[in-house]
Amino acid sequence: MSAPAGLPPRPAGAAAAVYPGGPGASREAAAAQGGAPCYQNGPVQGQMQFPSGYGSHPPNYSVPSGHYSEVPNKAAASHLDNQYRASYYPTYYSAPAQNVMTPSVGTNVLNTQESQQLYNKTPPHTVGSAEGPIQGAIPPASYLHTNAQQSYSAFGNLYSTSVSSSVASQGFPLDSGHCTMPTTPVVSGAMYPSVSYPAAAGSVYGKAFTSQSLTAVGQFKETNTFSSWSISVPHSLQQHVPMGYNSTLSTMSSAQSVQGNLSRNLTGSAAKVNNQINTAIDSSSTTSSASPVLNNYDALEGGGYPEARSVTSSPVPAPSVPQTSKASKPFGYGYPTLQPGYQNAAPPTPVQPSNPGHHPGLQHYPQQYSGVNQLSSSLGGLSLQHSQQPESLRPVNLTQDRNILPVSSVPAPVPNLNSDLRKLNCSPDSFRCTLTNVPQTQALLNKAKLPLGLLLHPFRDLTQLPVITSSTIVRCRSCRTYINPFVSFIDQRRWKCNLCYRVNDVPEEFMYNPLTRSYGEPHKRPEVQNSTVEFIASSDYMLRPPQPAVYLFVLDVSHNAVEAGYLTIVCQSLLENLDKLPGDSRTRIGFITFDSTVQFYNLQEGLSQPQMLIVSDIDDIFLPTPDSLLVNLHESKELIKDLLNALPNMFTNTRETHSALGPALQAAFKLMSPTGGRISVFQTQLPSLGAGLLHSREDPNQRSSTKVVQHLGPATDFYKKLALDCSGQQTAVDLFLLSSQYSDLASLACISKYSAGCIYYYPSFHRSHNPTQAEKLQKDLKRYLTRKIGFEAVMRIRCTKGLSIHTFHGNFFVRSTDLLSLANVNPDAGFAVQMSIEESLTDTSLVCFQTALLYTSSKGERRIRVHTLCLPVVSSLADVYAGADVQAVVCLLANMAVDRSVSSSLADARDALVNAVVDSLAAYMSAASNLQQSMLIAPNSLKLFPLYILALLKQKAFRTGTSTRLDDRVYAMCQMKSQPLVHLMKMIHPNLYRIDRLIDESTIHVNDRVVPQPPLQKLSAEKLTREGAFFMDCGSIFYIWIGKNCDNNFIKDVLGYPNYASVPQKMTQLPEMDALSSERTRSFISWLRDGRPLSPVLQVIKDENPAKTDFLQHLIEDRTEAAFSYYEFLLNIQQQICK
Amino acid sequence: FCILSYCTIFPYLVFQIITLSDLECDYINARSCCSKLNKWVVPEVIGHAVVTVLMLISLHWFIFLLNLPVATWNIYRYIMVPSGNMGVFDPTEIHNRGQLKSHMKEAMIKLGFHLLCFFMYLYSMILALIND
Repeated sequence: MSAPAGLPPRPAGAAAAVYPGGPGASREAAAAQGGAPCYQNGPVQGQMQFPSGYGSHPPNYSVPSGHYSEVPNKAAASHLDNQYRASYYPTYYSAPAQNVMTPSVGTNVLNTQESQQLYNKTPPHTVGSAEGPIQGAIPPASYLHTNAQQSYSAFGNLYSTSVSSSVASQGFPLDSGHCTMPTTPVVSGAMYPSVSYPAAAGSVYGKAFTSQSLTAVGQFKETNTFSSWSISVPHSLQQHVPMGYNSTLSTMSSAQSVQGNLSRNLTGSAAKVNNQINTAIDSSSTTSSASPVLNNYDALEGGGYPEARSVTSSPVPAPSVPQTSKASKPFGYGYPTLQPGYQNAAPPTPVQPSNPGHHPGLQHYPQQYSGVNQLSSSLGGLSLQHSQQPESLRPVNLTQDRNILPVSSVPAPVPNLNSDLRKLNCSPDSFRCTLTNVPQTQALLNKAKLPLGLLLHPFRDLTQLPVITSSTIVRCRSCRTYINPFVSFIDQRRWKCNLCYRVNDVPEEFMYNPLTRSYGEPHKRPEVQNSTVEFIASSDYMLRPPQPAVYLFVLDVSHNAVEAGYLTIVCQSLLENLDKLPGDSRTRIGFITFDSTVQFYNLQEGLSQPQMLIVSDIDDIFLPTPDSLLVNLHESKELIKDLLNALPNMFTNTRETHSALGPALQAAFKLMSPTGGRISVFQTQLPSLGAGLLHSREDPNQRSSTKVVQHLGPATDFYKKLALDCSGQQTAVDLFLLSSQYSDLASLACISKYSAGCIYYYPSFHRSHNPTQAEKLQKDLKRYLTRKIGFEAVMRIRCTKGLSIHTFHGNFFVRSTDLLSLANVNPDAGFAVQMSIEESLTDTSLVCFQTALLYTSSKGERRIRVHTLCLPVVSSLADVYAGADVQAVVCLLANMAVDRSVSSSLADARDALVNAVVDSLAAYMSAASNLQQSMLIAPNSLKLFPLYILALLKQKAFRTGTSTRLDDRVYAMCQMKSQPLVHLMKMIHPNLYRIDRLIDESTIHVNDRVVPQPPLQKLSAEKLTREGAFFMDCGSIFYIWIGKNCDNNFIKDVLGYPNYASVPQKMTQLPEMDALSSERTRSFISWLRDGRPLSPVLQVIKDENPAKTDFLQHLIEDRTEAAFSYYEFLLNIQQQICK
Repeated sequence: FCILSYCTIFPYLVFQIITLSDLECDYINARSCCSKLNKWVVPEVIGHAVVTVLMLISLHWFIFLLNLPVATWNIYRYIMVPSGNMGVFDPTEIHNRGQLKSHMKEAMIKLGFHLLCFFMYLYSMILALIND
């Protein structure tokens, strides 16, 4: 969004996104206004309590609160918090953003345990905020708690470790406690070192030390050595303790965001850095006495090990363990209780001794677990010289190491930054880079043979994000970067852009911090304290007034469609969700149906019933009554309801088999072009009439061919052109394809791909014959209709000078070099970009990436969501490998492979995937010269790389030799391009759990429910025993596989049938049985389900069920007729490397 | 009269380069750039093919052979456009995988080539005039 002010305007209609020099324009105004007055929220700062502040700033905050509250309201809080809970990475920094408006930075920083408690306790609040009307002071308060809970749910979950007994604690008292904290502690904390670090941080710390002193120690060593060290340790536990580690980090970021709020609410909230460091010092001093360290490790171990899951059951209960639990359990009474704990634990000792104190603990750890992890040798060396070989570089012999899967989900690697930056950094869920250590030069990147790119999920549902209203949005004058936490302030008046290094002035208005009511502290502003922020944009950011939410439904009503019976489901879902459609009083809605003709519906207010207008001239389509087809949702609600009730039966006797999709789309485009909005198209067959007609291109005999797969690209450019027209008019087309035969998705998908829509595909859909698909449609629709939506959006990704983005993946239209035009943006859309290093980055140690998404919310507000990610630059190959993020790499490769298979051929794409593994491992092995060449060695950070690539090769999108319908294949490709990383990884490598023996150990507590955490199993039939029942989480679908000799008790208690034989073939729901195992299973499943936007369909599969193949195809480590097993694949790679 | 046909191809190439660099600098959007360029792809191909064939007819073997690869490349490019694309220049792909750069490079090379040819033709025309 950096169109320099002097540029000629973009062609009209291209977007509402030209930004004449915003800051410049409003600077004078700001100066005139002076500091305080320009912030409406200035006057209100008498209290620190966020809720009250929140409530009492109607001009600024009411909107955000309303806006965000919409999320809990609509999607139901449970959905949100679950999303955080179940998702892959605990590091949902965003959530914590404002949860605790407190001086207790340290709390969040260091205290996972607390988070868990917090988290455990909050459900009542959640409910309150979810249901209550959101106004006044109280709802915001509960809203806060919701957030707290949500944010912590992630930690709680991942941190399954300890304190399962800590249910008692609470979110609310905690918050209020914090809120009412006097300012002084913080201020003083800012100024003095640890000694004077009184109640606030201290008590906070007391809570924290249980699990976190490990990182805390690291924290205080601010150098790189430290960070590599702190990385190395947790990673060495990677298989077992990733949670502990991650949660730490996430908490850090939470701390950062907390700080953001803090600075809003507290006068002189003062250097958070200091706070942080103080806390760190405190904690490190704790570690100087060896026993707490041990405890910490125990706690960590507890997190991962099945054997020792909770602190209390950990084998080495050193003196402070009881203390820990004491500190945590009574936590519910408010944190003052913790103070004793803190005082005991953290006498203000000098910092220095902490290191020696720490290392014994570390050594202790590997000894205990060496057997399990095969770590002993590498870790033994690690104890003092961590920086020498970070854990992520630990060589893993792939052919020998069979158990490479972590116990729980794979964590995102954490950039090797110093702790201040790290906690400011953007959440890996929104923003991930394939290489968290960016190589210095392109030559080094080429040597590493890994792709450099970003994976973005910019519009993710966030429960908390700072929303900033100010008349000037501070941006760099030359590159238009938004001010972010990684800029440097040269002095009070100037800041240096971290992307182009230009020195900019700080506008007068920015000097005043509305949250603290203090002047002259630009670095305390929320923009500078949070790497994810949202600005409410001024009219500078609009080309036209913000558009209303406009929804148009285009429904196929040909014979085929009526037969499949989807209309009933769609109309039903719409009726149910009509009031929940995001929008304001201007929301408009319209309907078009089509078979061989196109039917419009006049829903003008005042009519007694909907009027159908049939246009049969499909070659030259026109709108019969242009102004009454899209009507105001609220004014014509009755008519709309009538229509929806009538629609399913209107066409029951139709004999029309043709489908004129093209003309219907043209009509829809004409209807939408004045406003823009969203077109939802439901199509059930190949379009056979009018413009854009398609012919069947699939040869069923070629489905399982191993040679050439043709027709992956579109057959005509009609849909692409139409999509670009739509995109130009800010209209997105979402395609729902519900077909039983080939419908040429490759061509049809273009309409959504380039208009930034989304694609849903339901193969062999039939309402009664295929209930699974019907249920899926219903659930998808519910999410689809109620999720957040952004209109007339544009996204720009900027990166530090020297890097350049050369390829984009996702659904959008690249309008100019780095500007993505998104007619609509939805929270389930992911994007990927590939980058190259144009100039050497030798003179910088950090690179930053910033994505800015400018959109119109459904409430008609123009908003800009900005994410900033900061990564270190490294010069050695080893460091590049150490920072590789295997999941991001695999997702980016998947995107590249899709492009490759369309532009070249599937075989090429497959080869490229295999070569990616071969090249990178070969490069690694030749770089690490001390390794024996005969073995297949991968750095620990990449140990899952071959597995994931194999999984990718066995995906529907890329597999050969197995019968795959062309549409299925194309759909899988579309998903790879448009899914965010979290969902894509589930699709590539599903999670398999054994669920017939769920135990209470290692459970976590979510909303007063006990959620068991069974360990991940390898995706191999060897793990499936006939005695067991297994659960597979494939992202969009859940399978439960029941072995033949499965325990009858399980079948009876969980499935509700007396024995194996009586379990029906099609079972999609688990009954609510009154048995412990049933309860556990259900809570586990609902916990997984809550974590994602599309609630997946459950399918119970018996051993001899025909649907078994669906399940077995996901066992990617096994050999199939057409593909290698994992071991064979490894051998194959090894061979190729040796060649 | 080779020169005549050159007079038409030259402006086109210059135009192509200007448009592409416009796009690079973000002055126009990809859609309009590509539609502008695609309009002239066919005339270019035809024009160049005609020149090449004329060379063959007038038995200028050397010049014909010189032109042949370029003409073939043009025709190949035109034929190989995937069915779903909107022409040689596709707005949805032009920003991806360095396509913009490769288009630019190609235009530059062609410009150089045609410049060379232009002077060769000019030379041979003058030579022919003198001989007359």
